[in-house]
Amino acid sequence: MSMSKVLRIENLRVAVAGKEILRGVDLTVKQGEVHALMGPNGSGKSTLSYALMGHPNYEVTGGKATIDGVDVLELEPNERAKAGLFLAFQYPTSIPGVTVANFLRHAVSNVRNPDRKEGEELIPMRDFRKEIRAEMDELGMDQQFARRYLNEGFSGGEKKRAEILQLAVLRPAFAILDETDSGLDIDAVRIVSEGVNRVAAKHSTGILVITHYERILTYIKPQFVHILYGGQFVEHGGPELVQRLEAEGYDWVRAKHPEAARHEDELEAADTRAQGASA
Amino acid sequence: MATDLNQQVAGIKEDYKFGFHDSDANYAFKSGRGLSKAVVEEISEIKNEPTWMREFRLKALDTFQKKPTPRWGGDLSTLDYDQIRYFMRATDRQGRSWDDVPAEIKNTFDKIGIPQAERKFLAGVGAQYDSEVVYHSLREDLAKKGVIFCDTDTALREHPDLVREYIGTIIPIADNKFAALNSAVWSGGSFVYVPAGVSVDVPLQAYFRINAESMGQFERTLIILEEGAHAHYVEGCTAPTYSSESLHSAVVEVIVKKGARFRYTTIQNWANNVYNLVTKRAVAHEDAIMEWVDGNLGSKLTMKYPAVHMVGKGARGEILSIAFAAAGQHQDTGGKVVHAAPHTSSRIISKSISKNGGRSSFRGLLKVTDGAKDARSNVVCDALILDPASRSDTYPYIEIDEDDVKIGHEASVSKIGEEQLFYLMSRGLSEVEASALIVGGFIEPLVKELPMEYAVEMNKLIQLQMEGSVG
Ligand SMILES: Nc1ncnc2c1ncn2[C@@H]1O[C@H](COP(=O)(O)OP(=O)(O)OP(=O)(O)O)[C@@H](O)[C@H]1O
Ligand SMILES: [Mg+2]
Repeated sequence: MSMSKVLRIENLRVAVAGKEILRGVDLTVKQGEVHALMGPNGSGKSTLSYALMGHPNYEVTGGKATIDGVDVLELEPNERAKAGLFLAFQYPTSIPGVTVANFLRHAVSNVRNPDRKEGEELIPMRDFRKEIRAEMDELGMDQQFARRYLNEGFSGGEKKRAEILQLAVLRPAFAILDETDSGLDIDAVRIVSEGVNRVAAKHSTGILVITHYERILTYIKPQFVHILYGGQFVEHGGPELVQRLEAEGYDWVRAKHPEAARHEDELEAADTRAQGASA
Repeated sequence: MATDLNQQVAGIKEDYKFGFHDSDANYAFKSGRGLSKAVVEEISEIKNEPTWMREFRLKALDTFQKKPTPRWGGDLSTLDYDQIRYFMRATDRQGRSWDDVPAEIKNTFDKIGIPQAERKFLAGVGAQYDSEVVYHSLREDLAKKGVIFCDTDTALREHPDLVREYIGTIIPIADNKFAALNSAVWSGGSFVYVPAGVSVDVPLQAYFRINAESMGQFERTLIILEEGAHAHYVEGCTAPTYSSESLHSAVVEVIVKKGARFRYTTIQNWANNVYNLVTKRAVAHEDAIMEWVDGNLGSKLTMKYPAVHMVGKGARGEILSIAFAAAGQHQDTGGKVVHAAPHTSSRIISKSISKNGGRSSFRGLLKVTDGAKDARSNVVCDALILDPASRSDTYPYIEIDEDDVKIGHEASVSKIGEEQLFYLMSRGLSEVEASALIVGGFIEPLVKELPMEYAVEMNKLIQLQMEGSVG
């Protein structure tokens, strides 16, 4: 693709509930690239995803995120979607009474026609139905699925598939996959990954895969691997990083980055206190 | 910026009040404002009614005057009975012209997609709804089966014995102050009679969806299903009904005999100045099924609790109600089920939405009389509150005089979730669109019970209402 876009994150700092989680994160993703992001539980991976997508609870306290120079952090979440950003949620929200098809038709109508105003025509039902059917076939989803209420009573795996279905029809320039592999059985990881690869090949999507496991990365092959620890990217490398984590865990990361380890421990302590208080 | 639709309607009404009301020199008949024996007698005389009906009305007037205005429910303290006009003829409507109809209302019709033929009627401009041809052939079809379907005034002329046998038997004159008022001054409404064993497959709406008489101020509806009969009646419209009078008080009586099945669907969207005080009750005999589907939008205050009295064993009653309370509106709605026979079952499902300071109250009565063994009932009411200024209350009344019963009651109040909004917005939907979709989803279980065109309109209307509420 000639008109390739660039997502650039510079020194991004994010606080949640008054607590600073991300302490300056830098990352550049070009369209067509695959990046993997790993890090222990609670290190701030989802925080990065939410902040990029514009969740109101995640306060950006410093830094920038741009797509081709346009500051996306200034935009409402729907404008970010129209600017080409997509997040496959770690925990997708259910919307009772709203069918997958109806929701997705609204989404596609807005994202493909960014100038569309509220209440204006949606994309034609026939074209849309055809398209979504084809994508569902590719993802091995039952056609009935389109008529179910969004994420309502979906199994863990079904939720993740539905996220990738959305990715496929929305065709973003950049997609963040937040633990799309968790909760999927072994075959499903392959099917979903192939779906992602197909979309990426067609639309040269830039991909950031967040995961704890090597398996999904054997299908969606990253050129770049980053480790988030204590609110910062402490290691950058290639696929060899994934193998090392798989084999050794995070102890060596701790040892190598004592300052980040201290922050990681603080976060964990805060979490433990919070859980104690709510129990 | 879209502003609140009902506010517009209300504001316009103020401006046009005198234009519409007082220059109407060509009214065929005016009873003037206020209620008296003379007014009631005049109504009866103009309609050329039999003496028994005239007496029925006068007795009702007496009851109305003696009964105090209810103090529960909504605030009725500003309702001034002397300022109300109690009778107008259909021809009165022709005093207005389409050009007088405010642009905002015409716009709403466009947005909801109300058929051209229906718009003038809804705007209160004449009743030239050109459906005579369709109407005629369908009527013939029904007539062959012995089904009677006409306005209640016509029924009183053409089928006086039937009317006399049933009117006031389900909702007696003295039931409540507004039932008494309706009994005194009623005009129009629908009369339906379905003979034993006859099934009416088409909903009784196609011809009567828009009908001058059925949307009157004090309509009186009487429906009788003989044993084993089936029918579905649909009335009303999702478009704001541009009314010139501020009190609407209907009475609907339904008799569902042994093994018969009947569904009554209503959607109302009154202008913001209207007190909508309606009494609806059905009696379900042995193994009969009665269903009320009731949607309420607009109005200043709506008090409406469709009721099913299950008097025969194995009878079933179902009440589905949706209320949308916007700024300046109070929807006090719900349902009543009375189990007065063994093995009866019922369900009340109510969904309400409050926004911009609107208030919705759910009032439900569940009564099981002594001896109604194995009665089963489930009451579910869910409220959605869109902003901190809005309010929702639940008033469940439960009276159970029988031990062998199975009763379920659930109530929930929720706000539009931040997570839900964020999720939808992250997929490109604006905040308004996302909220509208969530609200639409909330009422979807009830909307899907509506006939297709009503469901489509309902969703568009919610969309419009939401455009005025967010941002
Ligand atoms: N809404 C919130 N309110 C309070 N604390 C939060 C909130 N969201 C995240 N946090 C805290 O921020 C830290 C980072 O959480 P985050 O969800 O980003 O971790 P993660 O790396 O995605 O972890 P996992 O691998 O378990 O998904 C944690 O300490 C978490 O408790
Ligand atoms: Mg996470």
